[in-house]
Amino acid sequence: MTTRLRVLDDGAWLSINDTREVRVSELWRLESSDFCDCDLVDLVVENFQTIGVDGSTVETRVHGQCIACGAAGTTGWLPVGRIRDGEFAEFDRSSVRRSRTGIHRR
Amino acid sequence: MPTDVEQWKSEAYGLEVRDHLFEFAQEGYDSIPDDERDAWFERFKWWGLYHQRNGQEGYFMMRIGTPNGVLEPGQLRVIGEIADEYARGPGTNPIFGDAYADFTTRQSIQLHWIELSDVPAVFEKLAANGLSTQQACGDSWRNIVGNPVAGKDGQEVIDAWPVIRELNETFKGNDDHTNLPRKWKVSVTGSADGSGQGDINDLAFEPAYKRVETGGDGDEDTVGFNVRVGGGLARNEPRLARDIDVWVPPEKVSDVAGGLSALFRDYGDREDRYNARVKFLVDEWGAEAVRETLQEEYVDFELETAGRDVREEYTYNAGEGERNDLIGVHEQKDGTNFVGLNVLVGRMGAADVLELADLAEEYGSGEVRLSQRQNVILTDVPDAALDDLLDEPLLDHYSPDPSPFMRGSVACTGTEFCSLSIVETKNRQVRFARWLKGNVDLPSGVDEFHIHLSGCTASCAQPQIADVSLRGMKTRKDGDPVEALDVGLGGGLGDDPQFARWVTQRVPVDEVPGAIANLIESFAAEREDGESFRAFVARHDDDELDALVDPEETDYDDPMMHNTKRTWYPYAENDGIDEGPPVPADD
Ligand code: HEM
Ligand code: SF4
Repeated sequence: MTTRLRVLDDGAWLSINDTREVRVSELWRLESSDFCDCDLVDLVVENFQTIGVDGSTVETRVHGQCIACGAAGTTGWLPVGRIRDGEFAEFDRSSVRRSRTGIHRR
Repeated sequence: MPTDVEQWKSEAYGLEVRDHLFEFAQEGYDSIPDDERDAWFERFKWWGLYHQRNGQEGYFMMRIGTPNGVLEPGQLRVIGEIADEYARGPGTNPIFGDAYADFTTRQSIQLHWIELSDVPAVFEKLAANGLSTQQACGDSWRNIVGNPVAGKDGQEVIDAWPVIRELNETFKGNDDHTNLPRKWKVSVTGSADGSGQGDINDLAFEPAYKRVETGGDGDEDTVGFNVRVGGGLARNEPRLARDIDVWVPPEKVSDVAGGLSALFRDYGDREDRYNARVKFLVDEWGAEAVRETLQEEYVDFELETAGRDVREEYTYNAGEGERNDLIGVHEQKDGTNFVGLNVLVGRMGAADVLELADLAEEYGSGEVRLSQRQNVILTDVPDAALDDLLDEPLLDHYSPDPSPFMRGSVACTGTEFCSLSIVETKNRQVRFARWLKGNVDLPSGVDEFHIHLSGCTASCAQPQIADVSLRGMKTRKDGDPVEALDVGLGGGLGDDPQFARWVTQRVPVDEVPGAIANLIESFAAEREDGESFRAFVARHDDDELDALVDPEETDYDDPMMHNTKRTWYPYAENDGIDEGPPVPADD
């Protein structure tokens, strides 16, 4: 079964199977990242740049800012949730995310 | 690979979308197939409909494009009636009530809580009164802006209104220009005050004189327009429109505008929406190559080089001088007056809109115009009617002589309705302005102070061209996430336009009024004789300014510190994101 993944409204949303699932303006925590020097990045999600999938994990690259140090830019691929039996489940927003490398397809 | 949006646009876009829209309206919101919803929402934008944010499923923002902000006699009443009947949603705004209209920074009108099933009736009423939502959003020619009092302004160099009307008629609904890589924002100004704000548009026509051969007895100075391309504020990539060294007479504006729009259509980046605005093409090519390509491929006459402009006379949004805005009583060419009224953050309750329409008819010609500072202007008021108009109780609220903090306030839509937003905006700016009015005095001789608040980097409130620029952010206060604002200083247009410098980051929203108060106190204490705020900022470096901003808690209380985006509506009693209204019934 194919999964439809999209960035909508100029980066405001991640749409997964035609449902607007993940939104900007949240704070995400990232561990061990190239984004900035903080041990734990406290990232304001301002814009989604792109969306992909690695296995069953939906991933995105985000433009945002670390509110601990002020660094701004675009992250590597970050997991946002998982697709199981065609249903998307978003990861707990307060969970710490880790940037991963892998093969991405849209 | 083409983007989804490009794919959808290639399947259906432009005028034809209207029929589909009406069909969906007829058959009900649920008749839009789930797997086509994203595509149709994108296409609806071309017809001025933008789906509101999550928690508000099935409700739309509707934008009505009023070229140059001109509302002919009777049209404002229609807006008021539509707002009153159709812009009532499940949420009540604590400051503005249940039904209201927003006057925007591009001289348009926005209504909220519009239901799909009502769209045909609203469109019909708009059309019957010469109004339209066509191309108010989406990837094409947007509402054309300019000096709102074109044709009337005593200070005008050339009447731009016929030019704007011609462009509007030529390019709205024009198949060749329907589907551009991105929005296309055009400004045409004929006055010497800079109130068309051409510098921040994709394409700007600005008044200029050119010595051209008239044949027979020699040369003559002719008034026309210089052309600039590639301005815009969005996404931390603000650009001023670049001078492409072209002057056009009024009768050729359409050819040049069409040529540049076609150039953008053919060469703009359709692979990456973040790189699509023409400002990036101008970055890549340089102004000279834009001119050359225009000349070689898109116009069939020899382009003139730029003429003598009047930019040194620009004052609008310039931080000093007369006419920083168009508020107050000003003389028209014909001896009557236009009266600019301050609409705080551009929002006006439907009942007030209707009352204003009455006043326009009673004291003027019935015509009303909208400025890029979110204000309204009553035109054609004879001297003899001025005193009575100024005594009207409605003008206590919408003042021709407001506090600098009221008249200087501009704010975008924010978390109330907008998907991209990070913070609450309009109501917050109202609270800021009221607190500043009650607690802060500007130094003598300073009677304008512009504060623009945008909820995110899209910059719809044009924050980069204000004295104090505020932009939505987040921070932690005592460990808890709170809404915050980045603070920029010293932006403004004029002869030598500058974007604000972002000197202080992530100020918790409840400390922002204190920060502005402290800043103004330092300005008052340290300014040189007669120095404007903008000039004061210009002679300090970023660190010095950061120190002057000095955030501080005061008796200002902010009830919207939490993540207002996690509500279905920030002002609802039960505001949880899952407590929002169901998709409206198709009645
Ligand atoms: C639901 C509300 C709104 C949404 C979702 C929205 C969306 C956007 C987006 C995505 C941009 C960035 C454009 C780009 O990257 O090219 C933008 C910029 C802008 N919008 Fe809005 N907007 C909204 C409301 C408004 C309002 C009320 C106005 C006034 C007509 C407005 C005027 C502008 C202006 C002046 C800019 C910035 C300057 C520029 O880059 O051209 N927007 N808006
Ligand atoms: S600036 Fe951002 S928050 Fe404000 S209306 Fe524009 S897109 Fe929305």
